Amino acid sequence: MQSVAVLLTVGLVSFFLFRYVGDPVNAMVGQDTPAVEREALRVKLGLNDPAPIQFVRFIANAAHGQFGLSYRTSEPVSRMIWERLPATLELSFCAAMFALLVGVPMGVYTGLYPRHWSSRTLQAISLIGVSLPTFLIGILLILFFSVILRWLPSFGRGETVTIGWWTTNFLRWKGLEALILPSITLGLFQLTLLMRLVRSEMLEVMRTDYIKFARARGLTNRAINFGHALKNTLVPVITVTGLQLGSLIAFALVTETVFAWPGVGQLFIQSVQFSDIPVMAAYLMLIGLFFVIINLIVDLLYFVVDPRLRGQMGVRAGAH
Amino acid sequence: MATGRSVSNNAPLLEVRHLRVEFPTRRGTLLAVDDVSFEIAAGEVLGVVGESGAGKSLTGNAIIGLLEPPGRVAGGEIRLEGRRIDTLPYEEMRKVRGAMMGAIFQDPLTCLNPLYSIGRQLVETIQTHLPLPAGQARKRAIDLLKEVGIPGAEQRFDHYPHQFSGGMRQRVVIALALCAGPKLIVADEPTTALDVSIQAQVIALLKRLCREHGTAVMLVTHDMGVIAETADRVAVMYAGRVAEIGPVREVIKQAKHPYTKGLMGSIPSLGHRADRLTQIDGAMPRLTEIPKGCAFNPRCGQRGLRCLVERPNLMTAGGSLAACWLHDRQGVGGAVAGELADA
Amino acid sequence: MASRTAFAQWLHHAADSDIWWSFKSSATTVVAAVVTFLIIAMAFLAPVLAPHTPFDPGTLSLSDGLKPPVLVSPDGDWSFPLGTDDQGRDVLSSIMYGTRLSLIVGFASVVVALVLGIAAGLISGYFGGSIDAVIMRIADVQLTFPAILVALLIDGLVRGLISSERHDEIATFVIIGAIGLSFWVQYARTVRGSVLVEKNKEYVQAARVIGLSPAVIMVRHVLPNVTGPVLVIATINLGLAIITEATLSFLGVGLPSTQPSLGTLIRLGNDLLQSGEWWIVVFPGITLAALVLAVNLLGDWLRDALNPKLR
Repeated sequence: MQSVAVLLTVGLVSFFLFRYVGDPVNAMVGQDTPAVEREALRVKLGLNDPAPIQFVRFIANAAHGQFGLSYRTSEPVSRMIWERLPATLELSFCAAMFALLVGVPMGVYTGLYPRHWSSRTLQAISLIGVSLPTFLIGILLILFFSVILRWLPSFGRGETVTIGWWTTNFLRWKGLEALILPSITLGLFQLTLLMRLVRSEMLEVMRTDYIKFARARGLTNRAINFGHALKNTLVPVITVTGLQLGSLIAFALVTETVFAWPGVGQLFIQSVQFSDIPVMAAYLMLIGLFFVIINLIVDLLYFVVDPRLRGQMGVRAGAH
Repeated sequence: MATGRSVSNNAPLLEVRHLRVEFPTRRGTLLAVDDVSFEIAAGEVLGVVGESGAGKSLTGNAIIGLLEPPGRVAGGEIRLEGRRIDTLPYEEMRKVRGAMMGAIFQDPLTCLNPLYSIGRQLVETIQTHLPLPAGQARKRAIDLLKEVGIPGAEQRFDHYPHQFSGGMRQRVVIALALCAGPKLIVADEPTTALDVSIQAQVIALLKRLCREHGTAVMLVTHDMGVIAETADRVAVMYAGRVAEIGPVREVIKQAKHPYTKGLMGSIPSLGHRADRLTQIDGAMPRLTEIPKGCAFNPRCGQRGLRCLVERPNLMTAGGSLAACWLHDRQGVGGAVAGELADA
Repeated sequence: MASRTAFAQWLHHAADSDIWWSFKSSATTVVAAVVTFLIIAMAFLAPVLAPHTPFDPGTLSLSDGLKPPVLVSPDGDWSFPLGTDDQGRDVLSSIMYGTRLSLIVGFASVVVALVLGIAAGLISGYFGGSIDAVIMRIADVQLTFPAILVALLIDGLVRGLISSERHDEIATFVIIGAIGLSFWVQYARTVRGSVLVEKNKEYVQAARVIGLSPAVIMVRHVLPNVTGPVLVIATINLGLAIITEATLSFLGVGLPSTQPSLGTLIRLGNDLLQSGEWWIVVFPGITLAALVLAVNLLGDWLRDALNPKLR
């Protein structure tokens, strides 16, 4: 339900932007084009049709990946986005992995030993991590690792390999090197968020009766901490990770600007600066689509993790 | 010291001596369990009764070594089969829990991990303590489920806790507590959260299983009815201390401590043909403001001057032990001023 | 359990100075409050305190350009303690003026969000039905998108509608509006929840009977009820709003470089980072981080102290 509502709203906003904020005709013809010619173009583009028909046409085109031409470069928007999508996806993927693989263990640790000095230190650092804006983290990383130490590149994708239409960073050392700083920048906020979340969930779960009962049964700490407790923190962690993945892709645009990373986020910023409406509309639709896909995956994961949901589904399926 | 049914000549299964449990708080340290001593013989059922806050659950938690911080054992000792267990390191104590001592908590709805099937939780517990291969552990688990009366045990093995009713879940909890063959079970209000109609079944089951397995039980409850039906001996706790301890018939029929008398008087069908239920005036003092002398003295109808200043320890009173000066040769002392008319 | 008692309890709670106690007993909170106060004082006294007027082109001299901070380099000049940028602007003075702008935009956008959110929450809760459904659906969908994206979109929309010269003139208001619009949801939900609770209370029905407008009565009862939670959300949002503004300005879609906020200063300094002039970006960065951290700490403390069952 939520997914449908999101897609519909996003479609409406995109359509509104596309159709009424920018005038597609103005963008396509010169200043001195006579009014007759403009009118002919309007008819040809169907801009005089009733709004609902135009909306349906817009959505149908969008479904086929057609968003018209960019005002700024006159290239097809879909091609601009396809070219840049792999860069954004690879960056977001690495950042998410970084956040998960570091944030979750740190959260477990600080949740299990909340009074230990190292946990307190991590918790304090994480508060700073939440307060630092992404772009500032990026700049500080560049200052330290690129300008002062000269270890890592500070802009661009380095070397990439093209497979079909997909360009990847993963197959060249220079490409992997270029991924490090942007991934950390993008992932750090999510990392601190995940760590704090897992920590508080862990603390909560450790107080539950079933953990106490597991102790009373004499189970090993290992089985209790990493089996019973961790698994029970997974549901909220999945929820937040899912929600955060959407914002990860959105925050990628800040990171991409800092590191001159040629992804869709950078494209979007440029299109906002030039009010390049078709690109903005397309980007919006793309984010909406990601949101829906991620939601679907989150629902599936719930299903795997929590038997109570499986039970409900079973009952529901059985009733029909 | 041994009281009531003086059954065995060998050392008791569980010995608790002068146990003290403290809770450090911002306003000072609270003494939640104060100098509690008792013992449980092998196969015996000891009921522990008292109002909430009397320290009975904390005593149980101290025995299984799971006091929640900042609570801690501040004094005394706990011995299981003669071996001191209150000072064991965590890992050693872990091996005792489950294998030697099982525990059953109040709420079966929250005691089972919702994300694991009950079979998995059983097998996990069995394999933690017994060197059984997976197949045999599974068989033992299914046998236990049958024993606690889960219909269709084989099919139910892979079901999750939410697929069971409250009573069934408490049966699963009992199976979990028994599955590694412990000598003692600490059951903390095992039926309070259940429907009244199911309580009796679960208690009967617990009693039968423990008799069959020769398992001793420390049954913590505030339900005198349950105690009367189940326990061999009973300990009455008040404000962190044992007020009276003795064989269950003795305590019920001839309570020695004024508090116990009040407690028995407040239970229908157990009092001696009382026309009306009596009640004890007032409430148990908070741990921060336990009065000097006998903790019960503000609510006691038989108090004397001695009760206001001197704290009574357990002393022989008929077939039981009671912490009350009434049973001391020197008595409760002179009447408290202003109460002459009453006396 | 009328709201009056709830409010009285809240007041009592506050006056019981548990709050004051928890404030004093938390060293971090005291430090955070002091830092916040110092930064605010520095920002608003900028015209008095700042050694230079960095955005008055008449006072600038290119020969003062790119001076390093005095403490790290012998080339420093004591009249520019934190160094200068490529235009010869004093970094310290730029920071003071920039912080002022950041704070103004931050506060103003929180006020916008607050007013919008409370209004939406009251309307949604009071009228219910389809109005409620529409408002809450919009809120749900908006929550899906990060605030920064919503703000960017609104900014891009405005840019599409007006000319770019006009845009620079009203940039501050556009940014305030854009950020305000991206943060209204939480207030709306809190207020709506409170309205729904109050709506079925007897005094509202009674008000109707004696001819008073139930709407007025409810507003009078609901608003005191939500003071605590709204205050906490507002404090936490202040930090977020400052970050959002800085990010937008950094991306070049926020405040123009003629009126630089901290974010703009960092963007300008970032261009010079590769050549080693780190001070132009680092000092505004530290100021921004300190400000946001201090505000966040205050927000966290306030949330715990008032404990309005957030999250």
